[in-house]
Amino acid sequence: MENVDYMKLVYEFHNEMLANKFTLVYEGEITHQITKAFTSLAENKMDSYSEDASMKKKVFHVMVECLQNLSKHAEETVAEDGTNFAGNGIFIVGRLDDENQGYQILTGNAVEKTKVVELKALLEKINQLDKDGLKELFKKQMREGSLSEKGGAGLGLIDIARKTGEKLEYNFIDIDDNNSFFLLRTKISRK
Amino acid sequence: MEVIKIKGTDDTPNVILDAESNIIEFSGRSLPEDVVTFYAPVIQWIEEYAKSPNPKTDVIFRLEYFNTASSKILLDILLKFEDILNAGSEVVVQWYFQEDDEDMEEAGEEYSEIVDIPFEMHSY
Repeated sequence: MENVDYMKLVYEFHNEMLANKFTLVYEGEITHQITKAFTSLAENKMDSYSEDASMKKKVFHVMVECLQNLSKHAEETVAEDGTNFAGNGIFIVGRLDDENQGYQILTGNAVEKTKVVELKALLEKINQLDKDGLKELFKKQMREGSLSEKGGAGLGLIDIARKTGEKLEYNFIDIDDNNSFFLLRTKISRK
Repeated sequence: MEVIKIKGTDDTPNVILDAESNIIEFSGRSLPEDVVTFYAPVIQWIEEYAKSPNPKTDVIFRLEYFNTASSKILLDILLKFEDILNAGSEVVVQWYFQEDDEDMEEAGEEYSEIVDIPFEMHSY
C-alpha cells in the first residue's frame, strides 16, 4: 500500500511540474559541472524551438548567475536537525504563464540568519533603482568590491536585475533558530 | 618574455599574451569554475610586462560572454594596463562586440568610464 502511495506521489509531482510549467527542477549540490550541464541543456532546448537570440542570452546569463549564487553562497552550516546545507539548493527553470511565453528561474538556499539583514537590504536597494541607478551600483561594486574566497564578486543580483529589467521577487522562510531559507524568483519576459 | 597562449573552452577564454609580437588578446567565453586561479598567471604576466612594456600596447577584447565574477577580474586586468599607461607608455583597449550585442557594447562603455585608458569600440 505504501508503495502505491509513493508511486502516486511521483505522478502528482509530475503533474505539478506540468501544471506550473516547470521544465527543470533540481535539488542538491550545485557544482560547476552541474552549472555547465544545465546551461547547455537549456541552450539546446531553446535552440530546438528556435528561441530568439536575445532571449537565449538572457536565460543563459540569469541561469549562470543564479547557479553561481547557489554554489558560492549556500551556507556551509548544518541545521539543527543535521541537514548539511553546504553548496546545496533548489533550482527551477520554468515558463511564465503569460501570453508572450517568457521564462522564470527560481532558486532556494539556506542562509545564516545573521546574513539575512544585509541580503534583504541589497535586494531592496536593487529593487528601488532604475536602469541608470543599477548601472552605477554595478560599477561601484566592481570598483570597490573584492572577490571572496569562493570567487563571488557581489555583482550577481545586480546583474540579474539589469539584464532582465525586472524587480527581484524574494522571500525568507525560517528553517530554525539560526538559518533561513532564501527564495528568489527571476522573471525573464519578452518585451 | 614568456609567451602565454591559453586555448579557450566553453567556459574559459582564449588568451594570448605575447610581448615580442605585441599581441595581447582575450576572446571567447569567460565563466571559469575558479576565476582567481584561471586569471592568476595572466595578472602575473601583465605585472612582469609592466616592467618593460612596448611603446604602444593594444589590449584586445573579443569576448562573447563573461559572468560577473570574470567582470571583476577583467577590471583588475584593465587597472594593471592603466598603471602601464600612467607610467608613460601608450595603451589602447580594442573592444570588439557582436553587432547586435548591446550588453557587450555597454560592458565596454562601462569599463571605459571606470579606467583612464582610451577605448576603441568595434562591432563585427
